[in-house]
Amino acid sequence: MSAPAPVTALRGRHLLGISDLATDEITLILDTAHAMREVGERAIKKVPALRGRTIVNLFFEPSTRTRTSFEIAEKRLSADTLSLAVSTSSVVKGETLLDTVSNIEAMAPDMLVVRHASSGACHQLARHCRARIVNAGDGLHEHPTQALLDAYTMRQHKGSLEGLQVAIVGDLLHSRVLRSNLLLLRKMGATVRVAAPRPLVPVGIEALGAVACRTIEEALDGADVVMMLRIQLERMQNNFFPSLREYFTLFGLTPARMALARPDAIVMHPGPMNRGVEIASEVADGPRAVILEQVANGVAVRMAVLYLLGGGTEE
Amino acid sequence: MPQVMDASRIERTLARIAHEILERNRELSDVALVGIRTRGVVIAERIAAVLHQAGGVTMPVGSLDITLYRDDYMRHPVGPQPVVRSTDIPFSVEGRRILLVDDVLYTGRTIRAALDAIIDYGRPKSIQLVVLVDRGHRELPIKADYVGKNLPTSHEQSVQVRLTEIDGRDEVMLEEGA
Repeated sequence: MSAPAPVTALRGRHLLGISDLATDEITLILDTAHAMREVGERAIKKVPALRGRTIVNLFFEPSTRTRTSFEIAEKRLSADTLSLAVSTSSVVKGETLLDTVSNIEAMAPDMLVVRHASSGACHQLARHCRARIVNAGDGLHEHPTQALLDAYTMRQHKGSLEGLQVAIVGDLLHSRVLRSNLLLLRKMGATVRVAAPRPLVPVGIEALGAVACRTIEEALDGADVVMMLRIQLERMQNNFFPSLREYFTLFGLTPARMALARPDAIVMHPGPMNRGVEIASEVADGPRAVILEQVANGVAVRMAVLYLLGGGTEE
Repeated sequence: MPQVMDASRIERTLARIAHEILERNRELSDVALVGIRTRGVVIAERIAAVLHQAGGVTMPVGSLDITLYRDDYMRHPVGPQPVVRSTDIPFSVEGRRILLVDDVLYTGRTIRAALDAIIDYGRPKSIQLVVLVDRGHRELPIKADYVGKNLPTSHEQSVQVRLTEIDGRDEVMLEEGA
């Protein structure tokens, strides 16, 4: 009766990074997200799938977009949610990450959505916690739901990720978005070209499957997708380039440079944007920008992840 | 494992149901079909085609995925979740008379979930239930308004509805327990 069954579950208990996901799991998340999008278009934007589940959003680093997106996704699935921002928690009183989380775990949440400034924080929690962990960004390591929503947006516009030429330009060194996107796009058969000033190119980027370009022009040539990354001034203690104006002159996305990409290329940015630094306003607000679609898709993709991780009972 | 309905029997049954719909609903302008994925949608489309031929009415057809409304989502062990598919209801259910269509009526839990799902789209004037096969064993107080075939079964048996659009042929099979 049942045809050769496609994968209907994620193999892990947590979503810690794209590196743990197989291609069929990525496809499952993107397909599930497609169904979730429709929920957001209804008059009553709520389904009972996660009723009775408790989800705690733990944000040890500032975030508006990602936290809001997770909160909306959780509410649309009828989960009970609580968001903890670091500035109001006892972390400021000197409590360690594990102690903070152990205390929250004592109140038996089913899932924790965690953002932390240290790479690997989510992996550490996953080893100690009963609750399922969703990585909402850990240090310079991964931001899996961002890469998934980017992939969803690319698939929506380009049909498939296979064979796509994706240019990623900006602060590669400090970007977990880059790492997650690079892992995902390579797994799904896309080509990724990256460009940044030399000091912002991480060592070993080619080992992850990226083609490193010296100039933005080289990266953009014939690209189907142009993804700009934010210059993360808050993470820069050293001078990586002389000035923001020089950065924009050499690596900013301008209408003239955009002409190098394919005529139907889309422009993406994970936000928040620094207008006039990595991207010109004419491009950011132009017809090829899909930046706000990315935000809208983020809710659907997070609903998919929470749904796929949130069902069933523990043995 | 006996075949309980063949292709021509299914065709005649759906034609009969379509005529019952015509008889019981004099005015059809506010009536719409909503099929429960996957086979309920196919049955709804076939009933719509018969109505079109017989009465010249074009009845809108929507498809409903009830996965997110299931009551067993958190009851089974961690593992494969039901795959969520899209719901597509291209009309407003507000004030409409809805004909909800499914292939097999069994415990009634799918229908319970479907009723909740439809009501999340608005307040229909009424909801009637159409099923190809009613195999009994209800666990909830739910009854179909149009039944293709009443089929007495035991819990150990399973009823398989196959439809050409999905399975390559039309038949209803009563199979002994796995």
